[in-house]
Amino acid sequence: MAIGLAHYLTVAAILFTLGIFGIFLNRKNVIIMLMSIELMLLAVTINFVAFSVFLGNLVGQAFAMFVLTVAAAEAAIGLAILVVYFRNRGTIAVEDINMMKG
Amino acid sequence: MIIQILMFYVFSVLAVAAGVLVVSSRNPVHSVLFLIVAFFNVAGLFVLIGAEFLAMILVIVYVGAVAVLFLFVVMMLDIDFAQLRGGFVRYLPIGALVGFILLAELVLVIGSWVVAPGMPHAVAAGAISLTNTRALGDILYTRYLFAFQAAGLILLVAMVGAIVLTLRHRADVRRQSISAQLARTRAQSVEVVRVPIGGGSR
Repeated sequence: MAIGLAHYLTVAAILFTLGIFGIFLNRKNVIIMLMSIELMLLAVTINFVAFSVFLGNLVGQAFAMFVLTVAAAEAAIGLAILVVYFRNRGTIAVEDINMMKG
Repeated sequence: MIIQILMFYVFSVLAVAAGVLVVSSRNPVHSVLFLIVAFFNVAGLFVLIGAEFLAMILVIVYVGAVAVLFLFVVMMLDIDFAQLRGGFVRYLPIGALVGFILLAELVLVIGSWVVAPGMPHAVAAGAISLTNTRALGDILYTRYLFAFQAAGLILLVAMVGAIVLTLRHRADVRRQSISAQLARTRAQSVEVVRVPIGGGSR
């Protein structure tokens, strides 16, 4: 059986679900949450590339590069916020992040 | 062909296993390392499917920059990760439920999905003679030039933002002040003192 579009989409779906699952599982640890978001973005990139190749349309790969860009920017900003938060509060537990609650 | 199929399954199984270990690992450093494994295997999938340029970019950007950034932050922050793992078992059922529902939905979508028969191909996949990198550059630098520039701008803003957020001026640290050093005159720095015998200079 040749490897088709559905195979790649299935792998991407499993990875995306793992990302969601990781966010639920690590409700207290922001770092693992950010890693789960990276995993989800990776799954989306797989989808873009798989569609791009199997539909013969390169725009998907160009867009996958933009997804990569946004993922890198998001990781940098997220981790910078995390570092500043840890410096001010001495913890990164998610339930302590409630200073802006009204 | 058989090798291609085999490699697809090897890469995808390893990527999924690494993903499982990312979210379930006890030590965040191990999580980051498994994230790197997942990125490498997905890069292998991209090579397999014929998107070599994106595979290399994935390795460079994700493994070389993002994962190292994660590793750096995990190791820099002094956090009791065991305490952060509390409630792991408590959130397991709801997480598994949501994940299962989402996976079922995605599988249903993938299973029942077909390409519309008359769908036009907006940009040809590149002539057979073009390499993947060349074809990608051909559309990225022409049709999507402004989007490409915007992506660069996003990266610039992210870089400036990260620096501005993490830069701090500490008041309790004594730093060298070169201008003050250079502005000293002889009168301020040298003094001739006549020392009496048996007494100190001051």
